[in-house]
Amino acid sequence: MKIGGKPVDGWTSIALLLTGGYLFMVVWPLVTVLLASVTNGEGFSLDGFATFFSSRLYYGTLLNSLLVTICVTVLAFVIAFPLAYFMTLFRIPGTRTIQVLILASMMSPPFIGAYSWILMLGNNGLITRWFKDVGLEVPSIYGFTGIVLVLTLQLVPLIFTYLMGAWRTIDVSLLEAAESMGMTGWRRALKVIMPLLLPTILGGSLLVFVRAFADFGTPMLIGQGFRTIPVLIYSSFVGEVSVDRSFAAAVAVIVIAVTLGVFLVQKFIVDRRTFSMTAMRPIEPSPLAGWKGWGVYAYVYGFLVLALAPLVVVVVSSFRNTLYGQFVDGFSFRNYLTAQRDIIRYITNTFSIGLTALVLLVIVAVLVSYLTVRRKGALTGALDTMTMVPYVVPGLIIGIALITAFSQPPLVLTGTFAVMVLALAIRRLPYSVRSTTALMYQFSPSIEEAAVSLGASKFRTLVQVIVPALAPGIVSGAVLSWVTIITELSTTLFLYNTSTQTLSLGIYAQVIRGQLGTAAALSTILLILTMLSLFLLLRLSGGSREIRL
Amino acid sequence: MTRIALQALRKEYAGQVAILDLTLEIADGEFFTLLGPSGCGKTTLLRMIAGFNSIEAGTISFDGTVINDRPASERNIGMVFQNYALFPQMTAAKNVGFGLQTRKIARAEAERRVAEALESVRMGHLKDRLPGQMSGGQQQRVALARALVIQPALLLMDEPLSNLDAKLRVEMRDTIRQAQRDAGITTVYVTHDQEEAMAVSDRIAVMNLGVVQQVGTPAEIYRRPANRFVAEFIGKTNLLERDLVRQDGRALIDLGNGQIIDVTDMINPSASGRVQVSVRPEAVKAASTGLAAEVVDETFLGSHSQVRAQLVSGDIVEFLEFSQRSVLWQRGEKVFLHVDTNLLTFFDAASGMSIMAGAAV
Repeated sequence: MKIGGKPVDGWTSIALLLTGGYLFMVVWPLVTVLLASVTNGEGFSLDGFATFFSSRLYYGTLLNSLLVTICVTVLAFVIAFPLAYFMTLFRIPGTRTIQVLILASMMSPPFIGAYSWILMLGNNGLITRWFKDVGLEVPSIYGFTGIVLVLTLQLVPLIFTYLMGAWRTIDVSLLEAAESMGMTGWRRALKVIMPLLLPTILGGSLLVFVRAFADFGTPMLIGQGFRTIPVLIYSSFVGEVSVDRSFAAAVAVIVIAVTLGVFLVQKFIVDRRTFSMTAMRPIEPSPLAGWKGWGVYAYVYGFLVLALAPLVVVVVSSFRNTLYGQFVDGFSFRNYLTAQRDIIRYITNTFSIGLTALVLLVIVAVLVSYLTVRRKGALTGALDTMTMVPYVVPGLIIGIALITAFSQPPLVLTGTFAVMVLALAIRRLPYSVRSTTALMYQFSPSIEEAAVSLGASKFRTLVQVIVPALAPGIVSGAVLSWVTIITELSTTLFLYNTSTQTLSLGIYAQVIRGQLGTAAALSTILLILTMLSLFLLLRLSGGSREIRL
Repeated sequence: MTRIALQALRKEYAGQVAILDLTLEIADGEFFTLLGPSGCGKTTLLRMIAGFNSIEAGTISFDGTVINDRPASERNIGMVFQNYALFPQMTAAKNVGFGLQTRKIARAEAERRVAEALESVRMGHLKDRLPGQMSGGQQQRVALARALVIQPALLLMDEPLSNLDAKLRVEMRDTIRQAQRDAGITTVYVTHDQEEAMAVSDRIAVMNLGVVQQVGTPAEIYRRPANRFVAEFIGKTNLLERDLVRQDGRALIDLGNGQIIDVTDMINPSASGRVQVSVRPEAVKAASTGLAAEVVDETFLGSHSQVRAQLVSGDIVEFLEFSQRSVLWQRGEKVFLHVDTNLLTFFDAASGMSIMAGAAV
């Protein structure tokens, strides 16, 4: 049987099944949010939007968010570009270690960064008190400054990683050609290299923009009076500002509209200027000497210290003694011991929920990417577009959508293990599908045809030939997904109950409750888990391959 | 052992015709080559025979049975790809054994056949290597063994030598020819390299723009090209445009300097008008008399030189010089060219079709 010239087989059923699943689990919940935003109890109403734009208290959060996001995106880029430039062009002692540490700081959860800066520069912070002792006043870390500081430090590594990948595609002959025409140094970087890196830069900036715009943990912990829009969504949804769900839904719709708009603009620009480059001879770093050398080292190591300081502070703090949640003098394992029952519960949940989500994620990603790469058509095209939906929808809103759609019969999922798994898998799917699709594209179709010509069915070919051949890439991708799953906070914030609380949710709850010691201990455990995963990832990818998010 | 018939075959990509009403017969055990420039439809045709491309119209039959709707996995074909297409995670032996595994051949039997197949391409000693640990030539040997071990009804090869360097290419094409002869498998081979095609094929189909221009043995298509395209694509040739005139019942062409050719053996014995004379470089020699010319340049190539000379008519003629002179021809030097009229072919200037008998498509 044929439909539209393509044979109908098992793959068509799988495509239909996946599409159905997506429509029900992702699209439908988001539609319920959209519907909630334009209705009230009686019927159609734009009251939610009207309320939002009527008060500076509300629309101000959007302006705050945009201000933070733009500052963070620009700053992150301005800091990351020289970093990647130096690391590519110059031989800097400990390059390998530096890259691993930068990766480590990128993968640590942002709310731990926020929490740690509070420990250092908060009202009762370490550094704040040192300065107070000598009679100096440090500027407040709370509010705009803190958010921008934490998010920038968090996202520089992301752009850096992107840029390093792009640099690797630039052939040294391009630099030499520019030099032969008398263009060197910064002028060359700006005139020749920048335009070549632009698609990557825009791609990376989009990711930074979306992350910064949607981040909830950081402004919640360190923002205090400076409220961003995710914080407004959270507080209006939990009924702190108003119990009106249509208002929360309206804000969510506004947020999606902004991210979607930025996404489309970026896509429009990138699509028009993508270069395909492969470096036959990548750039070799050259040694540095004199003042220039010291300047470069200071920049690179300086950033590293700034990026890693929060992690060190958290780990050290976890061993400090506490009294009623506040730090006091002396060191011990007390934080770990007193909360051990909670800690064990959090870890168990993190693993059971995280691993289930991961397996689901990998299977769906492999199937979707196979379908979109090898079975191009209307249905698979639609499926591909749908998998990208969560890319522009902040985690908090995915949580809200799931809770709105599945809190009443026929399907009640609120508070279940299943909804946690579902939320985490959905959140991560766009990234996972992207990376698996890239792998699938690199895989020559003739290898698949060879298997078929030798008498293997399409499914057998997938299971026996394609998946094993792509296994290294799939596993690396899975480890990366695992890290983002265990550090995810906002998606599951509305969905957990005590029996499904994970490490990251535990940290958040302890910080909010003022149990700083327990929070530090949990953060340390989460960091160790993250670092172990990172170590595994580097081992798997042979320590050389590019790591993409 | 399969005889293949393609009947009025047609392929379209988004409204563009890629293969136009193509009809061909390939004999049992024949080494048949599809030759043509890139985009001529040769690979498309091969993939239609393999079952990887759909067929818009016409039929493909194996031994008289139409197999249009039979999936690729059930056509019992062995296929060799340009990029080798070895399964990267499997050793050479596992790769070769894959087709036997899908055919549910007993383990002992399969192992014996894998060993034999690898030995036949002299790869037995590398059976435990992964594709990444083998050179291109070695990978293609394994790919050949993998295609042959299943004893396919038909062996299909898509530019199998294009990714190899020149020396290896010559060596590999002998291996392929030998293996095909030993197995006696009907083979369809795709290439854009005319020398390679002539070296391996029993018969060649020259294709251009989705249409078969000529089918014949290598000697037939070289000596009696059906049209100007074939003459230019197979080997090198000089095309001189002249008038074919009737005189005393004879058909004569004046090449210049009183060199008159008496054309016989024409499809239409009373034809006249503008024609193009195809002069192969080996049909021309420098001599003491003949066509007056001036040397343009000479390229020394070791065993011989390529000389280009301009005739009084303005035409540039390229020929080969095998004499071992110590001094090369200089630009502007006067030479006389002797043309061996037995090696010439003639095309109608307007249509480009051969006017010679015995150059059937």
